[in-house]
Amino acid sequence: MRVKALVHLAWEAIVRNRARSLLTMLGMIIGVAAVVITISIGVGARESISAQITGLGSNLLIVIPGSVNLNGVRTGTGAASTLTPDDGLAIAKLPKVAAVSPGVGMHAQVIAGENNWYTAVQGVAPTFTYIREWHLASGSFFTDADDAASAKVCVLGQTVIENLFPGGASPLGKTVLIRNVPFTVIGTFARRGQSASGQDQDDVIVIPFTASMQRLTGTTFVNVIAVSAADQASIPLVQNEIFGLLRQRHRIVAGMDDDFDVRNLQDIANAAAASATTMEFLLAGVAVVSLLVGGIGIMNIMLVSVTERTREIGLRIAVGARSAAILLQFLIEAVVLSGVGGLIGVLLGVIVAGAVAIFGHWPMAVPITGVLLAFSFAALTGIFFGYYPASKAAHLDPIEALRFE
Amino acid sequence: MRDAPVVALVDVRKSYPIGEQRFYALDGVDFTLNAGEFVAIMGPSGSGKSTLMHVIGLLTRPTSGQYLFEGQDVSSFSADELADLRSRRLGFVFQSYNLLPRTTALENVELPMVYAGVAEDEQRTRALRALEIVGVPEMAAHVSNQMSGGQQQRVAIARALVNDPSLILADEPTGALDTKSSEEIMNLFARLNAERGMTILLVTHEPSVGRKAKRVIMFRDGKIVADGPTDEIFKREIMAL
Repeated sequence: MRVKALVHLAWEAIVRNRARSLLTMLGMIIGVAAVVITISIGVGARESISAQITGLGSNLLIVIPGSVNLNGVRTGTGAASTLTPDDGLAIAKLPKVAAVSPGVGMHAQVIAGENNWYTAVQGVAPTFTYIREWHLASGSFFTDADDAASAKVCVLGQTVIENLFPGGASPLGKTVLIRNVPFTVIGTFARRGQSASGQDQDDVIVIPFTASMQRLTGTTFVNVIAVSAADQASIPLVQNEIFGLLRQRHRIVAGMDDDFDVRNLQDIANAAAASATTMEFLLAGVAVVSLLVGGIGIMNIMLVSVTERTREIGLRIAVGARSAAILLQFLIEAVVLSGVGGLIGVLLGVIVAGAVAIFGHWPMAVPITGVLLAFSFAALTGIFFGYYPASKAAHLDPIEALRFE
Repeated sequence: MRDAPVVALVDVRKSYPIGEQRFYALDGVDFTLNAGEFVAIMGPSGSGKSTLMHVIGLLTRPTSGQYLFEGQDVSSFSADELADLRSRRLGFVFQSYNLLPRTTALENVELPMVYAGVAEDEQRTRALRALEIVGVPEMAAHVSNQMSGGQQQRVAIARALVNDPSLILADEPTGALDTKSSEEIMNLFARLNAERGMTILLVTHEPSVGRKAKRVIMFRDGKIVADGPTDEIFKREIMAL
């Protein structure tokens, strides 16, 4: 008795009970579809997160001041006033550094004509648009000359435009008062949407950092120095060099705490990816449970089927079926049920995952390993949950079975 | 062992525990069946004739005694070896036909060959020939529930003889049929025995059915009470009933 004949037999039994077979497979279909969907959503979301984070800037490193210790009271990281624009200039001279932009930030009530708005005012260098990979919607960005002259020019984010210049007229050439200092609008940023942490990235006014320091805050320190490494591979190298350089410039000897920190966005990306992986495991766990439930459904129906076909089993034993042949027949029937269910589930999962990717605006990703995993798990479930009913069938007493009504 | 009897039972007993006691369905049966015989086992219900059939059909093992099937002592055979013997050397016919539902006559007849490992193309030709022998070749493509009782039983007989067994066992083969079909089925058995030399052992409680056999065994309380040519037994026993 060849396996081919047994598969044929199993298939006939399944086709004979079409409606019931389909209902039995439903558990498997949903389980496998759930596995495929969760895995592909997890992978898609992870890719989307890492795309968002790399979208913050190209090969970006952020240098921020450290904490200060004032008579035993320690402030948080970033509170110290230790970074200067000259630090930025020194970093710019390091090899493998593509661009550097010192940044000073503040919040202010800004006024344009009859409208006013409370927003973030960022002072940056002309390299800002390159480092943050942020393009302009109209106008132009300020230049090194503007920087050198502490020019009173600004570039507006879309949210600021909506609030200061409602009605859709171009704000270019208009004047915005920041802390009563008039700034001329020379450009507008393209819309960027929310950041990974949910902040509105378009709610910002960008001005030359020299203008911010000299005309608005009067400080000589910067809040941040954004550094763009030449390529992704040199990020760790540049990070180390900045540490060395700034320790030297700030006269920090061994044993002393650094008064600054260098953050690597890749680390943040990795952390986010790790959390996506955790989520993926969680979802996969739920999916595995639904596969188990599907398997129990198959066991149930196979038990019903064995009872229903008791006479058939008795007859098969009487005409000379070995118990192994009966066992295989029902086992294969369970595996075919779960396998076909798994196949339908994979198809359904791919379709739903595709739809979710379209609505979620992230790349469609159905990893083949995930599909194989789900499918083979379905087949294994069939073997596992099909064994008990099959062995029950194989060990029926033929005399009792033939008398069964 | 060409000359060995098909079935030889020596002091065979089959008992079941009932509470503290044991119930003997077979209580010391000695019985020999030679090739080419057509034997009816008759007796009231509960006399143990079905149990005897199951023992001879290798569906259950006797509690004690010796059973030689074609000269081989089958008491030491494994379950798989018994299954192989059933598939190659025995054919079963049941009261309720036991055809697979929603399956064609041809596929039903092919079933024993599937387990005997007959090649697929040979299965088809042999099944068709068996359907011809029992007189329903036109039923080959019909599904079992589209057939009359008599037709279904013919298909079942075709299934029993398709592997060319040395013994066909029929348990009340006419029990579910009307008088006319019943007569036809018995004529078929008689013809298979006369023309093809098939060894047939059937169990019945109907005298009209038993009369068609060449040899009759009367069974009562797990014992053979009479054994002889049909006419003789009918004269002695049936008249006495």
